[in-house]
Amino acid sequence: MAEALATLTELSAALDAGDVSSAELVDAALARAEASAGRLGAFLSLRGEPARAAAANADRRRAAGERRSLLDGVPVAVKDNVVQQGEPSSCASHILEGFVSPYDSTVVERLEAAGAVLVGRTNMDEFAMGSSTEHSIGGPAHNPWDTERSTGGSSGGSAAAVAAGIVPGALGSDTGGSIRQPASFCGVVGLKPTYGRVSRWGLVAFASSLDQIGVFGRTAADAALLLEAIAGHDPRDSTSLPEPAPNLSAALDGDVAGLVVGLPREYFVEEGVDPEVLACVREAVAELERAGAKVREVSLPNTRFAIATYYLIATAEASSNLARFDGVRYGHRAEGDGGLDAMYRTTRSEGFGAEVKRRILLGTYVLSAGYYDAYYRKAMQVRTLLRRDFEQAFRGCDVIATPTTPEVAFRLGEKTDDPLKMYLSDIYTVSCNLAGIPGLSLPCGFAHQMPVGLQLLGPALEEARLLRVADAYQRRSDFHTRRPPEPA
Amino acid sequence: MAHITREDVERIAALARLSLSEAEAVRAVSDLEEILSYVDLLDQAETGGVEPTHHVIPLATPLRDDAATERIDPELAVSNAPSAKGTAFVVPKVIDGEEGG
Amino acid sequence: MSPDPHSHYEVVIGLEVHCQLRTTSKLFSPAPVTYGEPPNHSVHPVCLALPGVLPVLNGHAVDLAIRAGLAAHCTVHECSIFARKNYFYPDLPKGYQISQFEDPICTGGWVDIPDEEGKGTKRIALTRIHMEEDAGKSIHDAAVAGDATHVDLNRAGVPLLEIVSEPDLRSPAEAVAYLKTLRAILRYVDVSDADMEKGHFRCDANLSLRPKGEAELGTRTELKNLNSFRFVEEALEAEIVRQAQLLDDGGAIQQATMAYDPSTGRTRVLRLKENSDDYRYFPDPDLVPLRISAEQIEAARSSLPELADAKRRRFEQQFELSAYDASLLTESRALSEFFEAAVAAYGPAKPVANWILRDVLQALGEQEREIDQVQLTPEALASLIRLVDEGRTNAKSARGLVPDLVAEGGDPEALVRERGLEAVSDSGVLEAAVDEVLAAHPDNREKYQAGEKKVVNFLMGQVMKRTQGKADPGSVREILLRKLEE
Repeated sequence: MAEALATLTELSAALDAGDVSSAELVDAALARAEASAGRLGAFLSLRGEPARAAAANADRRRAAGERRSLLDGVPVAVKDNVVQQGEPSSCASHILEGFVSPYDSTVVERLEAAGAVLVGRTNMDEFAMGSSTEHSIGGPAHNPWDTERSTGGSSGGSAAAVAAGIVPGALGSDTGGSIRQPASFCGVVGLKPTYGRVSRWGLVAFASSLDQIGVFGRTAADAALLLEAIAGHDPRDSTSLPEPAPNLSAALDGDVAGLVVGLPREYFVEEGVDPEVLACVREAVAELERAGAKVREVSLPNTRFAIATYYLIATAEASSNLARFDGVRYGHRAEGDGGLDAMYRTTRSEGFGAEVKRRILLGTYVLSAGYYDAYYRKAMQVRTLLRRDFEQAFRGCDVIATPTTPEVAFRLGEKTDDPLKMYLSDIYTVSCNLAGIPGLSLPCGFAHQMPVGLQLLGPALEEARLLRVADAYQRRSDFHTRRPPEPA
Repeated sequence: MAHITREDVERIAALARLSLSEAEAVRAVSDLEEILSYVDLLDQAETGGVEPTHHVIPLATPLRDDAATERIDPELAVSNAPSAKGTAFVVPKVIDGEEGG
Repeated sequence: MSPDPHSHYEVVIGLEVHCQLRTTSKLFSPAPVTYGEPPNHSVHPVCLALPGVLPVLNGHAVDLAIRAGLAAHCTVHECSIFARKNYFYPDLPKGYQISQFEDPICTGGWVDIPDEEGKGTKRIALTRIHMEEDAGKSIHDAAVAGDATHVDLNRAGVPLLEIVSEPDLRSPAEAVAYLKTLRAILRYVDVSDADMEKGHFRCDANLSLRPKGEAELGTRTELKNLNSFRFVEEALEAEIVRQAQLLDDGGAIQQATMAYDPSTGRTRVLRLKENSDDYRYFPDPDLVPLRISAEQIEAARSSLPELADAKRRRFEQQFELSAYDASLLTESRALSEFFEAAVAAYGPAKPVANWILRDVLQALGEQEREIDQVQLTPEALASLIRLVDEGRTNAKSARGLVPDLVAEGGDPEALVRERGLEAVSDSGVLEAAVDEVLAAHPDNREKYQAGEKKVVNFLMGQVMKRTQGKADPGSVREILLRKLEE
């Protein structure tokens, strides 16, 4: 079997049937990760020995008929900003080089409790700030479909790892699109749950009111399995929803008859989007219609304010969240004998990359005396408007469909010089985080030989609905089964 | 009219404990100027009487029982420290004139 | 004597007290609240501000904050917000402190302090009370840390209440009276041990002067780290002298943080406050608003014990005690409860009050104990007093037993017997003793009859000696006088 591109569901079934062992799956994953390291740069670190030991345990459980879950024995990866006890967590930043976490994030605890085997930690933009996985101490990640192009970011490593078939599933984090955009660029499914759905305990914070951990898979069914394993109330996270993990797999019945799909006119403006991308998205929507869904135009009138709103809020929160990186208790500390303040300045200046520094400066400014009302408070008010836009729109439709990104994966280096240009490419994804609603990207075609993503947005807590629509579409299309070209 | 001056950048960098080289400082002024000019767009948003959203999800206040249930092993607590003596963190002394809180 | 620097100035003082709440665990982490442990032995990932950690609020700390607010007559708000106060310091691991800013849990309130003449009370208004977490400790002592600084985060995250008064205080003495009253209130409602030595009760003061009669406030300076009542009073006095001198000389006060040096008795500038610090407060996105129901507030109100003020007035009325005695007996809830229990066991209140205020408090002071750490029970005290009433032992012997009863407990009656302290009241024995003394000092009878009444004291002393101090003084005096007049 072409294990390399099998889905998580297929691999789990193969384990059950005894066609393959966890040891074999994990060895193969590690081998592919190592072999592709130079070409793809998907991983920042691998954990061979512990993974093999976990695989052996999984095989023992399987032999005893005691598989803990469908994930038991399946290799997966996590983004480097999701801490794991005993493992290095650099967040792709020099300032956290060498930091080994003494505790586990909740999602890692839950994955391990389900028996999943964590084989390594994936590449990302430093502290999740970026849309290209180019701002990383591990070097850029490369898109498996065209290694001269970006994977997108900030969860580019996880997206590439799944797209290239290194692992069938991976975790990422999404603050303004950092799961959905790389999923779109790499041709895989990426889902950001409702804010509060998945615990943030152990997720190195970027923007606390926007961050969520989410999942990558090849199919909606795979994404459902992963999300079920990690979601649900966590008393260690005060922003965690009281709901237990939802049963998502049961929702994948392929039935979208009567479902109303809303197309926001502000997202389908010709001049903002590559026409080939738009064509793929429209065709995907048409397929849903053929499956019985209804399509209606809706409006999200405050969309044009979303980027400005996002960057004010996210950078303000980030400037405060990153103050703990001061060289005192962990991570990098600068040499020198100039006293405490000099140590702080040099440590942070040496430790943070340019994009992170830029955002810290902007965020500090936004919160500073005299500017708080004009910027931070104003942005929080516009956030309310954006939330209301979605509430209003969802009165007239069940899901909203949009392109995930205005264009396909750009070339590495193309956007790094102009921060604003980079920020503006997040236009379709940021509103979802600002409103706290769930969002999913799935492959819906190709443009310029690169994957195109269809984004689905739903009301709060409606991950099941999004996955149902995605699954229904995947029963009628095969873009999710396509493989990136083999390395030369 | 410029949104941000070189003095502003120096002041914020100090607040954020960042040292900027001359080139970085110049670049920061122009980057921030570009971004803040873009952000002027928000002036057009109709926020009169609109409550800010600090939390997207209305939640009852989660409270913890007052039980001392966990502590971390002291050796582990300082295990990542760049400098420690026994179980205390070691940092350079504050040089006179520097601020604390 | 130098002229009073106050006389042409009005002193305006406001106080900020940081008081540690009596909880088992920290405000936002499950690490224990401890004292005196080696560095970083009471910490948790949250206290260390490790990447990825999150705060979860301690429910009991909220209950205590509500109680404190109600005891100080504040408005307790049904919705309050935790905000981040951002600044860099090694003992502030997150680079921000979780505190409250625009929407604190309590606003308003007041505390009545005894006024300077001791006759009435003066009302000191409060601005607000809010919850916040404590920082850790930076140790600069060269003996420990050499030329570096050590950081211990055991204290980081401990729950504090910040209690801010309006600038209603007009003298250092008033400031101390306010602090003592506030401390008593906090102890009364079991919100804090408020032990200044352990750093549970820390005070910062803001002080300014203005010419008498003027309404506008002068420029104020801040005094920090005043860790005893004596220091508070001395430091404020010193700063008043400094400011008055400067103003008299035509100078201007600069806003600054001052330190008091007890060896010189002077204050000096620690730090000028040129710009106010920009803490960039914003609501903490890791926490949701603190919502307290009206029911919860009412339940807290009903669970409050009778407060010191009300208890003092009741004691004055019910037990016909002087204001002074009543206020001493109600200084701590434990002492007032001991007193009432002893009265219930004994009967009349005045003697119980005397024995407690005189002998029990002295023993407590000498043994460095609090009333809730004694072995003496209220019933035992009542029994002791009764023994004296009944003449079974004399007052002096009985008073001598108090320290041991306080330290070790026991039954007074048994102790009197064991130590042979029974009063000698056998008239035969007493008569004989008096006779012996009179015989040994014959000229005293003439002296007494000539008008020197004070020889009685000398003779009494002699009789007490002969009876090893056990004679009942009342009976001895009666017999002696009778015989002297013969």
